[in-house]
Amino acid sequence: MSHPRLIERLSPGQVAVITAIDRGGLDPSTAQRLHELGFDEGVDVELLHRAPFGGDPMAVRVGNMVVALRCSMARLIEVELIASAAAAECQAAAAE
Amino acid sequence: MNVPMTTPVVALVGNPNAGKTSLFNALTGSRQKVGNYPGVTVERKAGKLALPDGRIANLIDLPGTYSLTPRSPDEAVTRDAVLGHLKGEKSLDAIVAVIDATNLRNHLRFVLELRRLGLPMLVALNMIDLAERDGTSIDIDRLSSILGVPVVATVAVRRRGLDALGVGLAGVLRGETPEIAASPEADVRLLQREARVIADTVTLAVGGHRKWSQRLDGIALHPVFGPVLLAMLLFLMFQAVFAWAEAPMEWLAALVSSAQGLLNGSMSEGPLRSMLVDGVLGGVGAVIVFLPQIIILFFFILCLEQSGYMVRAAFLMDRLMARVGLNGRAFIPLISSFACAIPGIMATRSIDSPKDRLTTILIAPLMTCSARLPVYAVIIGAFIPTTLVGGIFNLQGLVLFGLYIAGVVGALVAAWALRHTVTKGESPTFLMEMPKYQWPAPRDIGIGLYQRAMAFLQRAGGIILVSTIVLWALATWPKPPADWNRPALEYSAAGRIGAALEPIFRPIGFNKEIALALVPGMAAREVAVSALGTVYSLQGSEEDQAKGLVERLRGTWSLPTALAFLAWFVFAPQCISTLAVTRRETGGWAWPAFMFTYLFVAAYAAAGITYWTAKILL
Repeated sequence: MSHPRLIERLSPGQVAVITAIDRGGLDPSTAQRLHELGFDEGVDVELLHRAPFGGDPMAVRVGNMVVALRCSMARLIEVELIASAAAAECQAAAAE
Repeated sequence: MNVPMTTPVVALVGNPNAGKTSLFNALTGSRQKVGNYPGVTVERKAGKLALPDGRIANLIDLPGTYSLTPRSPDEAVTRDAVLGHLKGEKSLDAIVAVIDATNLRNHLRFVLELRRLGLPMLVALNMIDLAERDGTSIDIDRLSSILGVPVVATVAVRRRGLDALGVGLAGVLRGETPEIAASPEADVRLLQREARVIADTVTLAVGGHRKWSQRLDGIALHPVFGPVLLAMLLFLMFQAVFAWAEAPMEWLAALVSSAQGLLNGSMSEGPLRSMLVDGVLGGVGAVIVFLPQIIILFFFILCLEQSGYMVRAAFLMDRLMARVGLNGRAFIPLISSFACAIPGIMATRSIDSPKDRLTTILIAPLMTCSARLPVYAVIIGAFIPTTLVGGIFNLQGLVLFGLYIAGVVGALVAAWALRHTVTKGESPTFLMEMPKYQWPAPRDIGIGLYQRAMAFLQRAGGIILVSTIVLWALATWPKPPADWNRPALEYSAAGRIGAALEPIFRPIGFNKEIALALVPGMAAREVAVSALGTVYSLQGSEEDQAKGLVERLRGTWSLPTALAFLAWFVFAPQCISTLAVTRRETGGWAWPAFMFTYLFVAAYAAAGITYWTAKILL
């Protein structure tokens, strides 16, 4: 199975870890605020909710905090499924 | 060490929603507004704090911010205060860093940033009860020794830990804690990682995530139920404003008219009786009866603000706001403007982009404020039947809801137009913390309602009373000569002003009385109602006075005129206070002048279109 690389591709309940943030795509002040809100390489994230009419913006749990952000910004954040979560999903898929 | 003789200055600093203002209120006995969304506090507030060693400290409550690198005007206030750059302000003697115990990782990062300033500091580990309820356990002594500053666990809303905080702070101010060495600014990512390590070290047991908050969001942010819920909440609010307020409003109206009857019976006819009966009771009384409606409206808005739902509404609206060139964040000041545009305009200080902020300021007066409620209610009460629609909805409530919607749509259209012309430019992205839900605290709601009710009554007793008496005098003198066979009002100064203004407003269906009422209505929108109350009270007989304003309007105005008057007030620019606060927030008269002009043109056009459409159709 392939690992989702974007937050918006995560399915509900899946926990992923941030592997890279493309800071080049952001102005410095927004990049700083993203970090101030808890985004960072190595932090766990989960896609919680998506807005009506197209799913933009979305609500993401990052660490212990819930942050609302637009898809365009979320696409600058690369994530990878956490091994245990990925394994659990594989098992669930196999069981089906 | 010598105890300094001057009053020490201590500031509460921390992330948004850490509970700084709740702590400030608990410590100083103040009654500052608290809420559950970023940006409740947009300016510094000061209060006195009695320390256990008998000294008094000046406690300053500052807007919440994520760091000392500000992105919006309110955050800049915090940075300037902390760094001692605020004009006319003493530099700080100590900082109380307020952190949310349920969000240690993020809030500790800011503590680490603050610690590098080298100021004496104490950490208030707030909302410790919520952390404990989640099953999180924090080693407070360990945290204190790692940070090198005292840490006190507090629950501001339950007044827990306040004594310990006072003792700790007194110690810090006496210099009993080790000095902190100032160090240069560090990169946010470095601090972030350091904070995570500390948080993981001092957290003895990890609690679950806030499942119930997420479950609520599952409904509140649901792609289908979310918008339905938002619409239902707003709709319920306007239904309640009419349905629940009906009985208390009738009592107040009966009180006013029996007072008029009493004065008519006990005083001999003359100017004084006329001033009291027609001016004071006819005018101010016409406004006072709306107190129950205003209290109900504020009750709903305070609950929305304190529960954390405002941010959810911003989330749901972001897409729509993006279409008109704003972002969801701008929706929060707009909802607050339902109460009054002035706090709404102040709340725009939490918007980071200057152009977004300016646009939001310019459209805030289009959100129907509580001062317009009396105007709408009088006209709706007089001209819209109380028919039940679909068996449950009161037609009057529906029309009121429609007027609010008209204001919102008008605001969105105006935002779109402004963003394509005078406030052209890129809009920053939507990026916002969503605080956990909280039960609104009855005490805070009670205080909020009391303050609002008092403010309303003070307006009624102040600006509304004064302008009503002035209008009454203008409408009473000069007295007509004996051979004058038309209404006395037409001979008076007010009558002549009305007649002079009438040609401007005749094309949109307004009569002399309306034209006249719009002038004192500049002072405050409710005055338009009290002015009509006075004018019609003077014209009528004593039996007419008993009928009240609603009854008298019903007999005098045509339906198209009434509808045009409603349409006028959707846009009506009349509120000097709003223009004054806009001048202060935009730093000049240019934008308030622009605001007045565009709203006047829009109000005129809307009233005209409504009048002529209604005349043709009805």
